[in-house]
Amino acid sequence: MTEPILSITDLQMYFPVMKTGLRTVKTGDVKAVDGISLDVMQGETLGLVGESGCGKSTAGRAAIRLLNPTGGKIVFEGQDITNASRRELRPLRTRMQMVFQDPYSSLNPRHTVGRIIAAPFEIQGVKPEGGIKKAVQELMERVGLNPEHYNRYPNEFSGGQRQRIGVARSIALRPSFIVLDEPVSALDVSIQAQVVNLLDDIQKEFKLSYLFVAHDLSVVRHISDRVAVMYLGHIMEITDRDTLYAAPQHPYTQALLSAVPLPDPIAESQRERILLQGDLPSPINPPSGCVFRTRCVFAQDLCAVDMPELREVAPGHKIACHFPQISLQKQIEIRRPHSDQPMPPSSIQVDRPQTSGPASGRDFVGE
Amino acid sequence: MSYLEVKDLRVAFPTDDGLVQAVDGVSFNIERGKTLGIVGESGSGKSVTSLAIMSLLNRKHAIISGEVIIEGKNLITADEETVRSYRGHEMAMIFQDPMSSLHPFFSVGDQVAEAYKVHNDVSDEKAFDHAIQMLDRVGIPEPAKRASDFPHQFSGGMRQRAMIAMALCNDPSLLIADEPTTALDVTVQAQILSLIKDVQKEFNSAVIVITHDLGVVAEVADDVMVMYAGRVVERGTVNDIFYRPEMPYTVGLLSSAPRLDQVSDRLIPIEGQPPSLLRLPAGCSFAPRCFAKSHVNGDACDTTMPELLQTRPGHDVRCHLESSARISVAKQRLAGEN
Ligand SMILES: Nc1ncnc2c1ncn2[C@@H]1O[C@H](COP(=O)(O)OP(=O)(O)OP(=O)(O)O)[C@@H](O)[C@H]1O
Ligand SMILES: Nc1ncnc2c1ncn2[C@@H]1O[C@H](COP(=O)(O)OP(=O)(O)OP(=O)(O)O)[C@@H](O)[C@H]1O
Ligand code: SF4
Ligand SMILES: [Mg+2]
Ligand SMILES: [Mg+2]
Repeated sequence: MTEPILSITDLQMYFPVMKTGLRTVKTGDVKAVDGISLDVMQGETLGLVGESGCGKSTAGRAAIRLLNPTGGKIVFEGQDITNASRRELRPLRTRMQMVFQDPYSSLNPRHTVGRIIAAPFEIQGVKPEGGIKKAVQELMERVGLNPEHYNRYPNEFSGGQRQRIGVARSIALRPSFIVLDEPVSALDVSIQAQVVNLLDDIQKEFKLSYLFVAHDLSVVRHISDRVAVMYLGHIMEITDRDTLYAAPQHPYTQALLSAVPLPDPIAESQRERILLQGDLPSPINPPSGCVFRTRCVFAQDLCAVDMPELREVAPGHKIACHFPQISLQKQIEIRRPHSDQPMPPSSIQVDRPQTSGPASGRDFVGE
Repeated sequence: MSYLEVKDLRVAFPTDDGLVQAVDGVSFNIERGKTLGIVGESGSGKSVTSLAIMSLLNRKHAIISGEVIIEGKNLITADEETVRSYRGHEMAMIFQDPMSSLHPFFSVGDQVAEAYKVHNDVSDEKAFDHAIQMLDRVGIPEPAKRASDFPHQFSGGMRQRAMIAMALCNDPSLLIADEPTTALDVTVQAQILSLIKDVQKEFNSAVIVITHDLGVVAEVADDVMVMYAGRVVERGTVNDIFYRPEMPYTVGLLSSAPRLDQVSDRLIPIEGQPPSLLRLPAGCSFAPRCFAKSHVNGDACDTTMPELLQTRPGHDVRCHLESSARISVAKQRLAGEN
């Protein structure tokens, strides 16, 4: 068994909601992350998916202590960093890094690319062999940028190139762990693939572990070893990637996967979609019990009372649901361009899950 | 005759750095009851094309030529009065960001009612009732109550529904949706796409959906037009584009996108990046990134812009390579061999 490089237990991150007036008073909390537990293993990529506002970025930022968590425990490379001070964290910053979502706002427009990529060396007081400029140019080369563009400014680069700059900066100090927050979401498909391949390559080369935060389920399938699905501050399901896409058991995961349109018109027209009703509830006032119950077609009375625990339903497969749904596989032939025969049936879950009562494994019967 | 005919549409913006030819000779037809999908990289001219159709471009800043014919009337040469009577009534548009088209200080119901009153001489009350009906129609829960809410009190998905209600309140025959779901989550996207399909059936409208998501195109479109650097590079039925693509850029798009239903070891990107519209390559605009170029004899790709030519009935491709060679290159590419 490999060791986790990062281990999170019951992590909570609340943001106070303030009402300003004569006196500013706190009226509640945004429960952005409300008790999540997960491990990131050495050398693996853990995908963290979920809809906008479910707390993915907050979880990623809290995990490497860019935020001060409200509760829970974070262990990084064997060291408890939950309450580590800025000073204690500083040496660790060489080991853990972050790449941000927006390639436009995450780079200082008034700094040259050379200066942006060199920043980690300067902040940490690290003197690379052969000097900073040489190190930076090597990094630029490594991520597919022209080292001669050392003195250019971010606005002279395209979105894909800016994301490469962010990646170069993040690997400057040879970290062991990187939180990638939607690193390719803002890019066109053809460019997205370039950056995904780069991330794949440097992961192998530098033996990196990734927490890959994204809402695009296709990209996450490609890049992840395991995947965690979040909803309203909670983890709903976590398992290896093949199981998650082929045999998800949480009703939310099933709805999420069925909502992604496939670039395959015939398969698309044969597919049945699970349409979720309504919108995401507010994280200030989340539903009682299971937070997904207001949109779940399988919800029963118990769901409003008891918050389901994240529990193991098969080795390495955990879900948080009172009524796990074993999905029925409807075989759909996938057609590829210019392939004379249809491809073997798709492995993704495409049909409505079984509706005939709770599946096995439920933990309350006839009470 | 088609409901909408666009012929040789060109739009250029004079800028300090030179002339930006954003749309360069775009032609297509669309019937009522059909959906045309427009795909292409960021900056390829998708939005400018739709703004030109809606006559929403400022003529002081844009040089526009060509024809946009709706029911025999060319809107490019029509006066502002005529265009205004068409807009909203005959054709309507929904945008990616609903916040930018909803006014923050008026209630959602008032704004839908206002849009209705532009083309209907009715009392405020009648218009508001109609607005409530429309909000109900697009799936806003408790529409009578929610109609007096302000846009910021709506979620992103509800705002997009409100926009659709506004666009549909005069029963337009043409609906243009520019990235209608890009800002939304997939579960909400699924709701909105199914709503667009439903209203299309109900109103028998012609619909243009602009998106960069190939899955969305596969789901909603009957016909597809692929744009690159201001030009149409391939167009055909949705099955032509997804199962028999020929233009190397289309093939590149399909092979670079990771798929939900399959695991691949490695993605196959298109190298490089789209050209600047200020410095377009002399020949084929895709040539600097093209993986099929080496199969073309001579230097045609770098010197001459290929024409958009029919490869089979209803399926047009812009590429110097011959059809059979295009298909064999496409096969290799999709199998990860080049
Ligand atoms: N600094 C903050 N102060 C107050 N609320 C915050 C703060 N940061 C995040 N939130 C709230 O916490 C919740 C989770 O936000 P977060 O950015 O983590 O979501 P996300 O899953 O990354 O969403 P997206 O996909 O849109 O990036 C949201 O309701 C957000 O408004
Ligand atoms: N008012 C303007 N002045 C100058 N250039 C413009 C103007 N409007 C658009 N352009 C340019 O025209 C080109 C096409 O823009 P358009 O908005 O149509 O792209 P798009 O295909 O819709 O891209 P996206 O997917 O990013 O929305 C771009 O290069 C853009 O910078
Ligand atoms: S014309 Fe040449 S460069 Fe353009 S797509 Fe065809 S082969 Fe490629
Ligand atoms: Mg985020
Ligand atoms: Mg656009």
